Amino acid sequence: MESAAIPGPRGLPYGVRGIFPLVVAVPVLAALEAVLGHWPFFVYISSLVGVSIIMAVSLNIVNGMTGQFSIGHAGFMAVGAYASGKFSLETKELAISGLSVGMSDQLLLVVSLLLGGALAALFGFLVGLPSLRLRGDYLAIVTLGFGEIIRVVVQNTEALGRALGLSGIPQTSSFFMIWFWVFLTVLVARRIAGSSHGRSLWAIREDEVAAEAMGVNTTGYKVRAFVISSFFAGVAGGLFAHFVPIINPGSFTFVRSMEVVVMVVLGGLGSTTGAIVAAIFLTLLPEALRTTFTAVGGGDASLAQKVDQIRMPVYGVLLVILMLARPQGLFGTKEIWDVLPRWLPRKRKGMQ
Amino acid sequence: MSDFLQHLINGLAAGTIYALVALGYTMVYGVLKLINFAHGDVMMVGVYFGYATAMKLGHDSQATFFGVVLVFLASMLGCALMGFLIERFAYRPLREKPRLTALITAIGISFALSYGFQLDLGPLPGASPRAFPEIIRPSEWLVVGDVVIWNWQVISLGIAVGLMVVLQYLVYRTRFGRAMRAVSFDHRTAALMGIPVDRVIAGTFMLGSALAAGAGLLYAIKDTAIQPLMGLYVGLKAFVAAVIGGIGHVPGAVLGALLLGLVEEFVVGYTASTWRDAVAFGFLIIVLLFRPEGLFGRVQAEKV
Repeated sequence: MESAAIPGPRGLPYGVRGIFPLVVAVPVLAALEAVLGHWPFFVYISSLVGVSIIMAVSLNIVNGMTGQFSIGHAGFMAVGAYASGKFSLETKELAISGLSVGMSDQLLLVVSLLLGGALAALFGFLVGLPSLRLRGDYLAIVTLGFGEIIRVVVQNTEALGRALGLSGIPQTSSFFMIWFWVFLTVLVARRIAGSSHGRSLWAIREDEVAAEAMGVNTTGYKVRAFVISSFFAGVAGGLFAHFVPIINPGSFTFVRSMEVVVMVVLGGLGSTTGAIVAAIFLTLLPEALRTTFTAVGGGDASLAQKVDQIRMPVYGVLLVILMLARPQGLFGTKEIWDVLPRWLPRKRKGMQ
Repeated sequence: MSDFLQHLINGLAAGTIYALVALGYTMVYGVLKLINFAHGDVMMVGVYFGYATAMKLGHDSQATFFGVVLVFLASMLGCALMGFLIERFAYRPLREKPRLTALITAIGISFALSYGFQLDLGPLPGASPRAFPEIIRPSEWLVVGDVVIWNWQVISLGIAVGLMVVLQYLVYRTRFGRAMRAVSFDHRTAALMGIPVDRVIAGTFMLGSALAAGAGLLYAIKDTAIQPLMGLYVGLKAFVAAVIGGIGHVPGAVLGALLLGLVEEFVVGYTASTWRDAVAFGFLIIVLLFRPEGLFGRVQAEKV
């Protein structure tokens, strides 16, 4: 297994190292927001990509790093989306005094996202506690079942709009907000991978019985991984709810879960950057194909619809081919800087 | 009271169909320790084989005794062949790889089949539901007060029980069955004893797929509407039944399926049909909470 690179740049004092990524990321994101934030198409596509990345990277904590196999990630996304969407609908008229309208909206958005994430994490805990005592394939089926139960419950709840869903949620997700959460998710995932907590997760992934024999509290670590993962899925759902016009149970089906699974498997189970690359690729590809076909078809939408139709069977075939030809995915358990060509600057390996 | 009896009958009828599908899961799990996620979708393909055969036969001959037998045979043979191909080209190369690899492959096949069949390209059926031809013309077999038992319920039960008896005979009374049980017990030792493990596993897959096809046809007769995603749900529910009974345990799968059929029917009957899809999974989570090895399964210590 790859030895963990020390997170953060070398040569910095420890105190600075902790906040260094934040110091870099916030101004960069703010600058991008200022330059590109008024281009609706870019904001929309980058929002989709951002949500996909959060989903894939958070699922990778469970499926990749811990070696469990959850296929109900959309269920947690749904919990987050509905919780934060409902909160925003209820507080629509509210404005925090002393702040400008924009600031107050963003603050309420953050509160709603944290609420959605926390509720999803709670569900993750409830689902994880019993099922993570079980072996891998049982977990797969229980997570799938959980996702379906959430969908059915939403469909039967008047307050959540039944099959029609929630509409009129304030569209307050901004480029900055989404990508700030992308950054946080990736940061947390990388920090976990490099910490002793992450070492324990890797140990569980490689051999659960041996890990337990070495004194790793396997159930405890698995449940914690699950809770962290579902928290971010809930946040992703919340962000999603604040930039699409309507959320309904159809947005969070088994298909959505599978998309995320394909991203994680394609990127390489255990590789955070792999999940990012795959999420970007698999989100942009259908959009690009759709745009191209619509342009080629001269406004004829049937070709573009074909792309949507063919996506799912292609994902299925892709999974089978991947497993037969390259079961470790694009990067395996490595990160992108470990597989870059020799002439590019690489991250040095090992401890110093 | 008559409500209760009617639900009981409908529940048992649904349960026998789940049982046939669950048997396929449990047998494959027995020999390969793999949850064949694509099992439900093999069933769906079997239903379309049956549909095509019935359409070829035409309206009059499809409802005769030979017509029905022909539909069942064609569908079961087609599925057996498909089970063989899936095992040969997707699962066999991965047999010595980590279990997760095979599980992901199974999910992939399931997706390719269920969503592939939704395309409208060439011979593929497309996403819209179709009416399954009435190969058994529905009529009331027995009416007691308000309780109705339909003829297709009786025929389904007959076919399901017949198939189960054949399976029981195959597994416990034939050389192939003995080889199957040996492979399930320990496939390496079985290979050393001269049992052709590859052939036994392929045979088990074909058997399971054929059973699924039979079950699928019974389901199509009961439900009359068929569509490419039907396999996903029936398959998942049958899997739940197999887990409830204790996966790898043949009579357990049947009992689990009957139990699931009844629970589902009663919950739906006394609340609303929109809850149907949540029942099976809720039941599964409750069973796994209290008896993770299933109702009839044995606890096995994990060996290092």
